[in-house]
Amino acid sequence: MAEIIQEEKGKGGKKKPKKGDAHVDMTPMVDLMSLLITFFMLTAAFSKPKVMEIVLPEKIKKDEIVEPPKIAESRTLNIILGPQDKVYWYPGKADPAVTVLQETDFSATGIRQILLDRNRALFRKIDDFEQKVIRGEIDIKQDSVANAIKQLKKDDDTGPIVLIKAYKTSKYKNFVDIIDEMSIVGIARYTFTDISWIEENLVNSALGIAPVVQTPAQ
Amino acid sequence: MPKIKLATKSPRIDMTPMVDLFTLLLTFFILTATFRPQEAAPVDTPFSVSEKPMMDANVMTVIISKDNRVFFNVDNGPDTILKFRPKILTEMGKRYNIEFTPDELRKFEKSGTSFGVSIQDMKAFLAAKNSDERIALEKGVPIDSADNQLALWILFARQVNPSVQTMIKGDADSDFPIIRKVLDILQDKNVNRFNLITNLRGAGEIIVTEETTE
Repeated sequence: MAEIIQEEKGKGGKKKPKKGDAHVDMTPMVDLMSLLITFFMLTAAFSKPKVMEIVLPEKIKKDEIVEPPKIAESRTLNIILGPQDKVYWYPGKADPAVTVLQETDFSATGIRQILLDRNRALFRKIDDFEQKVIRGEIDIKQDSVANAIKQLKKDDDTGPIVLIKAYKTSKYKNFVDIIDEMSIVGIARYTFTDISWIEENLVNSALGIAPVVQTPAQ
Repeated sequence: MPKIKLATKSPRIDMTPMVDLFTLLLTFFILTATFRPQEAAPVDTPFSVSEKPMMDANVMTVIISKDNRVFFNVDNGPDTILKFRPKILTEMGKRYNIEFTPDELRKFEKSGTSFGVSIQDMKAFLAAKNSDERIALEKGVPIDSADNQLALWILFARQVNPSVQTMIKGDADSDFPIIRKVLDILQDKNVNRFNLITNLRGAGEIIVTEETTE
């Protein structure tokens, strides 16, 4: 918006010196500054990544003999992370003769549905609780909501116990995704264990790879 | 009665206060902006629904790149002033009988970036003049059981700064076994609480079907 001052012509030689208009046009400067401010504001707000906290059970030392915790077979759900974002699952205990792997994926109708079906009671309880807090029916401080939900999870005794295992060609992304699903569905008990050779062979056969012969001695 | 003559000047807004304000804001944002130094390997973190923001201070980060190299970084936040970095490097040097000059220690402290070099290459890494030379040296911190330098870095980082928290920044496409190995190394050093660095995304739909059996 720079001003172009045209000289008036044809008014008979007398030139009037323009009265000093000491204004500097600041519009471009303002333009540039708002642009820079927007840039710095946006980068400041979005540069912070999020973290997802996980706690793994303490490792058992080699010379220590610890009785493995006993869990009900009927409540156990095994999830195996496969290659190409595939997820395999089976309930109960692995038995090479009987166990059939079911294949699913990370969509809302995939593994989430399977987990939800088994965790419905607890999921309802948590959902009800959150709704009541939002509606103001339960008077609770905002910071103790998370603790109350934790307590609900702790008291739960019907939901599944999920054992997560990873096949050797699975990606890190799958690992984060499955932990995510656990928190979305509100699974109270899940842990991460090493894949057994039986399960590995089950995945191999599901993928059409010849099973690796291994002695069950380990 | 004399007529009141209206000024025929074009209306002009005085922008000076606006410019003043903008300058102030701009200065503020420029000063608060923290420029992250360029990382050696670009890492695309996976997405999750976690909303917990990342901590600034007292962190050590294990970075796993797409090509399965392992990088390590410690004290890259405001706590750099506590000078943990040179202490950790000195300890590490002592273990491998490598003496670092004060100049090298200062360089290491100032860089604040992650590194993916073995301790034997550290001197060359610190002396490198440009990023091309540095990248050529970054083959990843050794994690095999014969020479597990990552475990030692973790050990010394925790010795020097006991309140350090562990971050794992893995590329979404890095292979899981390498992550498992890093987790194993951390657990060997009695670190059981990890923070996985992720990006935020929505949870998507949750379909609650009615009870059918029960």
